[in-house]
Amino acid sequence: MDEEYDVIFLGTGLKECILSGMMSVTGKKVLHMDRNKYYGAESASLTPLNEVYEKFSKGYGPPESMGKPKDWNVDLIPKFLMANGKLVKLLVGTGVTRYLEFKSVEGSYVYKKGGKIFKVPADEKEALATSLMGLFEKRRFRKFLMFVQEFDEANPKTHNGVNSSVTTSKDLYDKFGLDNNTTDFIGHSIALYLNDNYLTQPCGDFMSRIKLYSESLQRYGKSPYLYPLYGLGELPQGFARLSAIYGGTYMLARPDAEIVYGDDGRVFGVKAEGEVAKCKMVICDPSYAKDKCEKIGQVVRAICILNHPIQDTNKAQSGQIIIPQNQVNRKDDIYVCYVCDAHCVSSKGFFLAIVSTTVETDNPEQELLPGLQLLGQIEEKFVEVSDLYRPIDNGVSSQVFVTESYDATTHFETTCNDVVRIFEQATGQPFDCSKVKTQPEDD
Amino acid sequence: MSGLQRPPPGGGSGRPGGGAQQMKLVLLGDQGVGKSSLALRFVRGDFREDQEATIGAAFLTQTVNVQGKNIKFDIWDTAGQERYHSLAPMYYRGAQAAIVVYDITSTHSFEQAHSWVKELQKETGPDVIIALAGNKVDMAAETRAVMKEEAEKYAMEHGLFHLETSAKTGYNVQNLFQTLAQEIIRNDYVVTQTRHRIVTTADLLGEQSYPRRRTCCS
Repeated sequence: MDEEYDVIFLGTGLKECILSGMMSVTGKKVLHMDRNKYYGAESASLTPLNEVYEKFSKGYGPPESMGKPKDWNVDLIPKFLMANGKLVKLLVGTGVTRYLEFKSVEGSYVYKKGGKIFKVPADEKEALATSLMGLFEKRRFRKFLMFVQEFDEANPKTHNGVNSSVTTSKDLYDKFGLDNNTTDFIGHSIALYLNDNYLTQPCGDFMSRIKLYSESLQRYGKSPYLYPLYGLGELPQGFARLSAIYGGTYMLARPDAEIVYGDDGRVFGVKAEGEVAKCKMVICDPSYAKDKCEKIGQVVRAICILNHPIQDTNKAQSGQIIIPQNQVNRKDDIYVCYVCDAHCVSSKGFFLAIVSTTVETDNPEQELLPGLQLLGQIEEKFVEVSDLYRPIDNGVSSQVFVTESYDATTHFETTCNDVVRIFEQATGQPFDCSKVKTQPEDD
Repeated sequence: MSGLQRPPPGGGSGRPGGGAQQMKLVLLGDQGVGKSSLALRFVRGDFREDQEATIGAAFLTQTVNVQGKNIKFDIWDTAGQERYHSLAPMYYRGAQAAIVVYDITSTHSFEQAHSWVKELQKETGPDVIIALAGNKVDMAAETRAVMKEEAEKYAMEHGLFHLETSAKTGYNVQNLFQTLAQEIIRNDYVVTQTRHRIVTTADLLGEQSYPRRRTCCS
């Protein structure tokens, strides 16, 4: 402990572990602490199952019918990896893939008024086959998809009057004459926007999101998403191992870890178990620096244990269902993510589904109802409302850099953006994934 | 679909007619007992007196041939995470064999080996094959502190096999891994231990090699 470190990390969530891995690979001396005895913080997968009952203060444990508690790895936040997304690039670039195994998520569905769910059509062929919309709308939808896929910033011939930094997403929809239901599906289940704010923004980001979805889909076919065996908690563990391999020191179960500041307001070190470890900077999640954060909203999540697949999904072992805001008269989408024992997260025959959304009312659990109703019979339900925090400053003056809480999105793209932000602010250098490329070890 | 799959890393290539059977081997034991040195001696055949606390190379592979069959060891080193007992569950996951290392000149490291064995059996279940290696036997004449008989007795009682080794001279190092491999072949171990590995695995590493769907059909 009585050493001096370049960076001390507090919290072993995915963001902190990615950054810790990258800092260690680039030669920084790293100490990484967590108040919990397990890896992953907010992004942990809890095991055994009893831990979940305990965390949610159920007052009783899992029934015997749920099998061996050790077979369970229960995610606290629901997210999938986009097969062609930033996190996958980071995993491949750093070699962390070798510690993990992934399965392709089987289905991607969207909810339509009236309570039915449909497979998300994401290429021209599926656009023509879908029963989500009428015949003529399908053709317009297909033309729209083809335009976006062929749009190339560098090639004006593909622009057809669209300027990606001027034309709004709404104007782009109007250009193809798409109706409100269709735009709802595109914006929320393909471009994966949480709400409708994107409509008035330039369409560049919108188009690149659609491309990311379809490129990810083309990788494995069934859906654009991947999921790691044994749960999302494997991801922080993998990056923590990378950090350790490059000299990072890990200490778990330090419940009293706290940041110590100098008189000038700059970080001095971290105190735990009566000792202070000095450091030049701290990178932490919001729970370790609440005074440097503001609350920006809340997310409600219900973790549900089922003993059957979800209806109308062709018994898919895993999937995502998006309930676009307008379909249920809300401002924010509701998400359902589910996986099962095939992903080594539950005992045989059980499914884990998480229903989540951004809180809009005083009765958050009630807001999840359209999602919960899709699940059929629920064996057990764990509901939590989490505050979302973001840092109030960029951390440069105190050298305490705080990550944002995990938002309601169901993939890791915004997670990676936050990682890039912190990396650039902390190091003063542009983020270059190729720089953290590790040497293949003895393979 | 077939183009999207590769043999999973933990043993799927062990089908009849395939190449080497792959198996995960984890190293355990206190800091400084010579875990990395043993692995490096086995894989690279060399030894460095000033071997730093593990940095940079904590994932080694080496293939051994036993009775005409190839066993490819994926050797996981602790990467220093044993120091504050912060080894992640991932470390033990799917391990089929383990070497628990102690230093014959340190009784403390031998006592600690007992708790590593316990930890290992708790995390992996009873089926993992465990070797107990008393390292630094080249220093036996001057500073031995753990008697060979004592270690053998402990090993016998706990179903482990025991060897004294020296990463420095190479003594018994090949023997250690060779014996583990034999044990695996004898128990047809790889086949029975791969239940988690048979699932379809999306291959992130082969990212450029997949045939892409045509984006336009007109």
